[in-house]
Amino acid sequence: MADRAVPAVASPHIRIHHLTKRFGAFAALRAVTLNINRGELVCFLGPSGCGKTTLLRVIAGLEIQDEGTIEIDGKDVSGLPPSARDFGIVFQSYALFPNLTVNDNVAYGLVNRGASRAGRTARVVELLELVGLPEQGLKYPAQLSGGQQQRVALARALAISPGLLLLDEPLSALDARVRARLRDEIRTLQRRLGVTTILVTHDQEEALSMADRIVVMNDGAIEQIGTPEEIYARPSSAFVADFVGKMTFLDGIAEGTGSIAVDGFALQVSEPLQPKPGASVRLGFRPEEVQVRGITASTPNQLDVTVLATEYLGAFCRLTLAVLLSKDLSIAADVSSNEMQDLRLATGQTIKVALPPAHLRVFQDAVGTSGGRST
Amino acid sequence: MTMAAATPATKGRRRPRTGSERLLMGASVMSVLAILVLIIAVPLGVLLLKSFQDKTGAFVGLANYVRYFSTPQMVGSLWNSLWVSALTTSLVVLLAFGYAYALTRTKLPAKPVFTAIAMLPLFAPSLLPAISFIYIFGNQGFLKSWLLGGTIYGAVGIVMSQVFYCFPHALLVLTTALGLADSRLYEAASALGTSTWRTFWTITVPGVKYGLVSAAFLVFTLGITDFGIAKVIGGQFSVLATDAYKQVIGQQNFQMGAVVGFILLLPSVLAFAMDRIIQRRQVALVSARAVPLIPQRRPVADTVALIYCLTLASVILGVIGMAVWGSFITYWPYNLSLSLKWYDVIEFEPTGWGPYLNSLKVAGLVSVLGTLLVFCGAYLIEKGEGFARLRVAAHLLAMIPMAVPGLVCGLGYVFFINAGWNPLSVFYGTLTLLAVNTIAHFYTTAHITAVTALKQIDREFEAVSASLKVPFYKTFMRVTVPICIPAILDIALYMFVNALTTVSAVIFLYSAQTKLASITIVHLDENGMTAAAAAMATMILITALAAKLLHLFISTYVLGTLQAWRQR
Repeated sequence: MADRAVPAVASPHIRIHHLTKRFGAFAALRAVTLNINRGELVCFLGPSGCGKTTLLRVIAGLEIQDEGTIEIDGKDVSGLPPSARDFGIVFQSYALFPNLTVNDNVAYGLVNRGASRAGRTARVVELLELVGLPEQGLKYPAQLSGGQQQRVALARALAISPGLLLLDEPLSALDARVRARLRDEIRTLQRRLGVTTILVTHDQEEALSMADRIVVMNDGAIEQIGTPEEIYARPSSAFVADFVGKMTFLDGIAEGTGSIAVDGFALQVSEPLQPKPGASVRLGFRPEEVQVRGITASTPNQLDVTVLATEYLGAFCRLTLAVLLSKDLSIAADVSSNEMQDLRLATGQTIKVALPPAHLRVFQDAVGTSGGRST
Repeated sequence: MTMAAATPATKGRRRPRTGSERLLMGASVMSVLAILVLIIAVPLGVLLLKSFQDKTGAFVGLANYVRYFSTPQMVGSLWNSLWVSALTTSLVVLLAFGYAYALTRTKLPAKPVFTAIAMLPLFAPSLLPAISFIYIFGNQGFLKSWLLGGTIYGAVGIVMSQVFYCFPHALLVLTTALGLADSRLYEAASALGTSTWRTFWTITVPGVKYGLVSAAFLVFTLGITDFGIAKVIGGQFSVLATDAYKQVIGQQNFQMGAVVGFILLLPSVLAFAMDRIIQRRQVALVSARAVPLIPQRRPVADTVALIYCLTLASVILGVIGMAVWGSFITYWPYNLSLSLKWYDVIEFEPTGWGPYLNSLKVAGLVSVLGTLLVFCGAYLIEKGEGFARLRVAAHLLAMIPMAVPGLVCGLGYVFFINAGWNPLSVFYGTLTLLAVNTIAHFYTTAHITAVTALKQIDREFEAVSASLKVPFYKTFMRVTVPICIPAILDIALYMFVNALTTVSAVIFLYSAQTKLASITIVHLDENGMTAAAAAMATMILITALAAKLLHLFISTYVLGTLQAWRQR
């Protein structure tokens, strides 16, 4: 895995080894192994119930693993209670103390550290400025908006200058506009402070836009670790491909010489790793990779399709296309509004599209095992 | 990762959280559990054991039970108790349903006033309605003729008094049930052209059926276990509760008393179990997305509701007023001039105002200690970290008293404290023992109130404070307690009022020096001094109402000024 934008530090900040956690018969985490570098922002991404929040809580010491170890700064903290681990945490619910003012909430962890009253006040002012809430210190949480409350929670977590910042779905309870703004602010702040940060989210857009690296989880295990570009462009499994972004899957049989037979069509692929002839594989491609214009006689992987439905999504249109001469193949294609107009596309029309071999990903793991289409 | 690895060797598994904070948490949970075992489990265990022993303490198996069921008198009381309670239950549920319907589903004017009046019986000892009915329908009663030659002393009086005493309990359950309605159902019904009558039977009644069952069980349990009413107005009509008293106090037959106690336990345990099962089902009934129902103006229904509520409210005020008035009358029914002579307690009571002061002391003690124990216990059970099994055990213990009638609780205490082996027997007859017994008896409702309040607090507060390196007890004091102040005040009031009014929980445990006001009422009545009994009942009522007013004042004051954060 290529680490991008990470300061060159010899040993990882957090070393997670073989963590397993069960709740009764349910395995929430299965042998999770992961390193997190100093100063990076890592997103745990996955559907609900995939174990991402459990992993965060185990790192914090709020849940106790059944097996495995956690090292922070080379020190084994597996057996330490949360109060003996160095982290700050922000929850989806904010968990602000409603009976304390914003100032007192932010100062909550400072009181115990023997700081002088003046020192504390100065630190609180500094933190509130940092999160963009100066002059709000005397209000109670109930008098603030959701976004403001989340900033206070962030300031409270940062007050004790933790080495590690844990964010558990911090933006999920906010409306879309506030969420987008806070996303940028948290990212900027994190870069500025250089604090190692773990963000748990089920929102792929949030993960793609904020993370240095994304850890995609499914069913208690890690599916893939990589930069946002890697995850999106080179998903290592059908699950990742389907969860991050939209992907059309076609099941087929490898025929050798870079060709896959799908429902009577032979589709060319250019993946370096060629599957064995006769192997069941699953082809995947993203809607925006479907070519609708500039198709000539020599364009590979041409298909005649009928437009079944068009879904207007603002900047582009998502088409559902039924492949002619096939049993029930249908594919999704994104077409820009310009292209829509140029091609005068409408439901029921028959057109030619092409699937560029360079964009066809071949998943060998998905077929017959877990059924990569899991949602 | 594989299943094989999961079974024996959980290698790498840690049970951490050593250190002072965990030790303190463990010690606190253990203490609460130990206290609950001592004040709830042990006395009940001793009671059960006693019912299987003979006078010498030798184990005799079911011999006592066989003797009980072969004594016609005893079985007669059991039957009496059952049908009287069943009758009370049907009357109360019917009356309270109408009242609750008027309060929640009609445009009844002055709802707070009607609610307050209906709640009044909660602040009086159960003996008060019995005394009032004796004034009204008793041998000297001015409406004696209404009984058509019958007598109030017996089943009639018991049922009437119990209906009065149980009414607010059922009303509380039913207003809650009727208050949770989804207006969308009614809109759908009316859009489909459904008649009012059919809507009532197909939507309203099914919607509250669990509330109805719950209220019925509650009233049945209250009725069958109440001691004071049967004692005062029961005459020769014997019921289980009076039997237990006669066996223990009259005949010193502790074994038979224990058997009666155990039999008294059965209906309430059954009721409690049913109620738990029903409440678990109730949860899913009203969805979070339900739209609250706002009553619309319906002239006929509103008028009927007003007449109905006015009638019941007048009866309640009349019954209470009768006891109060009676206590000021010089010599009923011959000299109706008003005087304070029945309040001159020293005339009838060797220790004068002693019992009343004792009551105040016990109620204060119960209120302070009980609230402290209940709230801290509920916090540790609900928000504690680790020690899961101990916390579950403590919670189960805390739920037991709900199913244990006061009389049974008191019997358990009397056997426990008198046991030769018990070093705690030095507490026999002390106010402390009376207070502890009362706390145990009223534990569950207070515990549920505390747990409900605690459940509404964000469950991540403890995690946040751990991350900020603030110990749990600091967050408890700085955040949890201030947030729960309203619930804490409610618990304190509940404990205070019940300690003041209860008879059955303490009737076995007092001594000459520690007699309580409520017990004095029983004694004065026994000695034919009904007016003095009425005076003492009035004193209790006034004190309980004063406590309620103080509670209201503190609530408003505390919420108004110290808790500015509640305002948005």
